[in-house]
Amino acid sequence: MAPPDIRQVVLDILERIAPDEDLSDLDDGVAFRDQMELDSMDFLDIVMELRKQYRVQIPEDEYENLITMDSTVDYLTPKLADVPAGV
Amino acid sequence: MSDALHDPHRIVITGVGLTAPNGNNLSDFRESLLAGRSGVVDYETRYMGKVLAGVCDFDEFLYQKKKDRRRGTRAGSISIYCANEAVKDSGLDWDNVHRDRVGVYLGITEHGNVETENEIYEISQFDYDTTCWSHHHNPRTVANNAAGEVTLNLQITGPHLTLGAACAAGNAGFIQAVQMLRLNEVDIAIAGGVSESIHTFGIFASFASQGALAQHDDPTKACRPFDKDRCGIVVAEGGGICTLERLPDAIARGAKIYGEIIGYAMNSDASDFVLPNATRQAECIHLALSRADAQPQDIDIVSSHATATEQGDIEESRALRSVFEECPDVAINNTKSFIGHAMGAAGALELLGNVPAFDDGIAHATINLDQPDPCCALPQVVANKPRSLERAECILNNSFGMLGINSVLIVRKFPAEHGGLYN
Repeated sequence: MAPPDIRQVVLDILERIAPDEDLSDLDDGVAFRDQMELDSMDFLDIVMELRKQYRVQIPEDEYENLITMDSTVDYLTPKLADVPAGV
Repeated sequence: MSDALHDPHRIVITGVGLTAPNGNNLSDFRESLLAGRSGVVDYETRYMGKVLAGVCDFDEFLYQKKKDRRRGTRAGSISIYCANEAVKDSGLDWDNVHRDRVGVYLGITEHGNVETENEIYEISQFDYDTTCWSHHHNPRTVANNAAGEVTLNLQITGPHLTLGAACAAGNAGFIQAVQMLRLNEVDIAIAGGVSESIHTFGIFASFASQGALAQHDDPTKACRPFDKDRCGIVVAEGGGICTLERLPDAIARGAKIYGEIIGYAMNSDASDFVLPNATRQAECIHLALSRADAQPQDIDIVSSHATATEQGDIEESRALRSVFEECPDVAINNTKSFIGHAMGAAGALELLGNVPAFDDGIAHATINLDQPDPCCALPQVVANKPRSLERAECILNNSFGMLGINSVLIVRKFPAEHGGLYN
């Protein structure tokens, strides 16, 4: 999966977790929490969705990589490299 | 104002919010009950396929954000809808209400089954990998969930309890509220009962295993309390929640008053896990009458609990005969025949659907009563068509549940000249 596909995956997850939010102008360089109402339980939803959908196990000490869209996509790119887009 | 109107132990209903399978507010619900309109439909449930159920169609997002709904439970969602409707209906100046003096007391039959079943199904899709078990499971399944979600939604900082009381729970919520108001623990109680039970296959499967789950080609005819051709329970969801206040407070703010809770009682059969006990039920009714300082002849409508199971219908009929044998004019009706058994919400909905009788003087019917079971012989039952009453001023509401829990509530019309809603 290429970075743009991974970005879309993360965006889809965010839309499910925060259905009341308008994510059309999400700034990929800014922390999710600074532009959305996200708390620790929501954050765990991101981790859970990635685990369920793509079997990606994210250790707790690596959660800090999921701060912004850019950092999340960078972190996931090698982990999802062998996953075809659209799966 | 007379001394009686200053009595802080007198508790009144000042706002009503409800969702039932045949109505999402009191006037629609009442209209359905008078028109004989059922809310029972075919319903798909996990593993079992088609069953029959009472299903509600209120707007979940009228008072709740999508994100909060996703985090919470159906019981919480029903509670939030009904509580907001009740507060709105009460006319309370909510922005200026001291939220630390508001209590939430909701009865529920069971809780946690829906979420537990969902999570087990979910991890079954992942080879039972428990790391896929949701972190939302615990806040969704704690027993206080339904009332707790109301406090979050309405920013209430007073006490909240969800009371587990099997199918006696709707009355139990009201009773807890009456007690807390009388103890001056709170100034406003948001109370009643809720049910999300149609979303757990387990309750259907368990009733089926017990031989007590209704089946019928016509869903609207499936729930048949007191009828010889009864075929068991129809599970329903729903909620009935009221604002309750001390009478002097209600009068002082010019609240409209639906009625006064003048008596209540709860007791236990101590005889069986599932089979009811007419003697204890009758004792419970007598205790409620005694506390209301009322005689059986003072009751105009008896809202029966009967669920359309053989033992349940027969035992309650025995109890009602023993108490109301000398009361030919009392009207006995049954709401489950329209909507099925709304479990924790049953007591609340069954009471509330009868309250407008204070206005229109009509006892709604018990539908589907085509061949009365001789073992349930009750000449006062209102069968199939509503009945106009000479007097409609006092309702007695029965709600009984498994493990032998009985509850009875008595509500009286309040005089219009002092704020009573109904002339």
